[in-house]
Amino acid sequence: MQRETSAGAAILFDDVGKTYPQKGAGSVMALEGISLEVPAGAITGIIGRSGAGKSTLMRMVNGLEKPTSGRITVGGRDVGAAHGAALREIRREVGMIFQHFNLLSSRTVLENVALPMEIAGVPRGQIRTRASDLVARVGLEKLANRYPAELSGGQKQRVGIARALATEPKVLLSDEATSALDPETTQTVLKLLADINRDLGLTVLLITHEMAVVRDIASHMAVIDGGRIVEAGETYDIFTTPQHPTTRSFLSGVTGVTLPRFIAEQMVTERPEGPAREVIRITFLGDKATDPLLAQMSAALGLDVNILAGAIEEIGPRPFGNLLISVPADRGAEARSYLETHQQRTEVLGYVR
Amino acid sequence: MSANLIHMLIDATWQTLYMVAVAAIIGAVIGLPIGVFLACSQRGELLSAPLVNRVLGIVVNATRSVPFIILVVAIIPFTRMVAGTSIGTTAAIVPLTIAAIPFIARLIENAIREVDAGLIEAARAMGATPLQIIRKVLIPEALPGITLGMTLAVVSLIGYSAMVGAVGGEGLGDLGIRYGYQRFMPDVMAMVVIILIVLVQLVQTIGEWIARRVDKRAPRNRGA
Repeated sequence: MQRETSAGAAILFDDVGKTYPQKGAGSVMALEGISLEVPAGAITGIIGRSGAGKSTLMRMVNGLEKPTSGRITVGGRDVGAAHGAALREIRREVGMIFQHFNLLSSRTVLENVALPMEIAGVPRGQIRTRASDLVARVGLEKLANRYPAELSGGQKQRVGIARALATEPKVLLSDEATSALDPETTQTVLKLLADINRDLGLTVLLITHEMAVVRDIASHMAVIDGGRIVEAGETYDIFTTPQHPTTRSFLSGVTGVTLPRFIAEQMVTERPEGPAREVIRITFLGDKATDPLLAQMSAALGLDVNILAGAIEEIGPRPFGNLLISVPADRGAEARSYLETHQQRTEVLGYVR
Repeated sequence: MSANLIHMLIDATWQTLYMVAVAAIIGAVIGLPIGVFLACSQRGELLSAPLVNRVLGIVVNATRSVPFIILVVAIIPFTRMVAGTSIGTTAAIVPLTIAAIPFIARLIENAIREVDAGLIEAARAMGATPLQIIRKVLIPEALPGITLGMTLAVVSLIGYSAMVGAVGGEGLGDLGIRYGYQRFMPDVMAMVVIILIVLVQLVQTIGEWIARRVDKRAPRNRGA
């Protein structure tokens, strides 16, 4: 199966592992058994807590770190095995942007964007025009001759993006590129990344610890925890049907559907004796996300439904809703089967009196 | 003060400037690559060569721990080989340069170590060779620090140059010792000291001005 799909993969991790030797004896495992396909032309987000290994994973794509086992191929070329000139050749086809921008303070905006081309040996006249074009592309033409110290964080990251595009890479790596920015600036930078992905057909791999970043621009995602990928696939599927506890805990921060505390505190997992209410999570998918399904169910079954929390969101162009409700425990099964016949996903979270 | 003495003071000032300038220039030309190498050659760094780094570090420290006046005398055979003679102002440039090289190398090493490691990583990610990283990233980014370091080195060399009278080198220090001290001419001594103070002030001011000009890290002309 992997053979068939790998044709569309820009980056391929094949059972990659990384351990660091430790002083004295033994070693520390950073990554283990990583197999992942990063689809060409798409934006893929890797999410994980700090220390989960996501940064190491990304740095292996351009050979800043070498895997201790397994293979990473970029555009069909084995990065781990490449050295010297061959490795530098691959690196020129992989642009990278950084959390702290890493711009040269001694160079102007234009000169910073020119640097990768100087390194690649592009002729001088060509560097000048291409750098100007790129600076204009990220909307900084008025600041072309300023130094980084005179720019805001968002402007610096725009320079970083222009610089990463200078050698016309096929892949763009984004290492927590918006983590040092305020929410508003984050949105403009993400929009720029999405535009570039669309206009240039560039493959984007980004790592972040913010689920909102993944939701806003990534069509595919992977969740990494403790050096392993615990879940990977299309962002929509993972947001609507998270399988792993780590994914769920990331999601609870972004989807805004956590139980009010006074309910969460008295909720139990086993159905108690006597009258009780069942707490159900409903995930509304696709077109149905906007249907008044709860009202219909309430009328059809004669049920009293209590809404505890909920939100409707969009991932790309597709809406989905997340709703926490409670119904009388003895009619819970009936309610769930009604919802499932209407193509909604349900999950019993617990019971309250 | 006689016209003759004024003439001697002017000559001595030029001799001091000549010795210091030549020693600083040669010292920088040789000290720069050594400093860069010291900064980049520890284990796992850009030009990883831990053993050479260790040996070079020891040589640099050894040279710097020899008191300058002893260095001047100790390397007389070497001075004769390089300059053709072991006495005189030109010959004095040799020990001054030998003292300047390790000093400048350490100052440049420190300036380069101050450069943010993230910039090296960014350059590596661009596919830069180690030499390109040094030329296009490390040296330009370290330039403010290198400039201040060179200023310090020149000021120290002005001080060292006062000792080369021991091997027949001339200059302000030599004039002060021979006339001001040995011939009891306090006015000569006073003039020598004043000229040295002015020289050091000038060097320091010019050095700081250049360092400010090349330093783009802080926004300029804000509220000024």
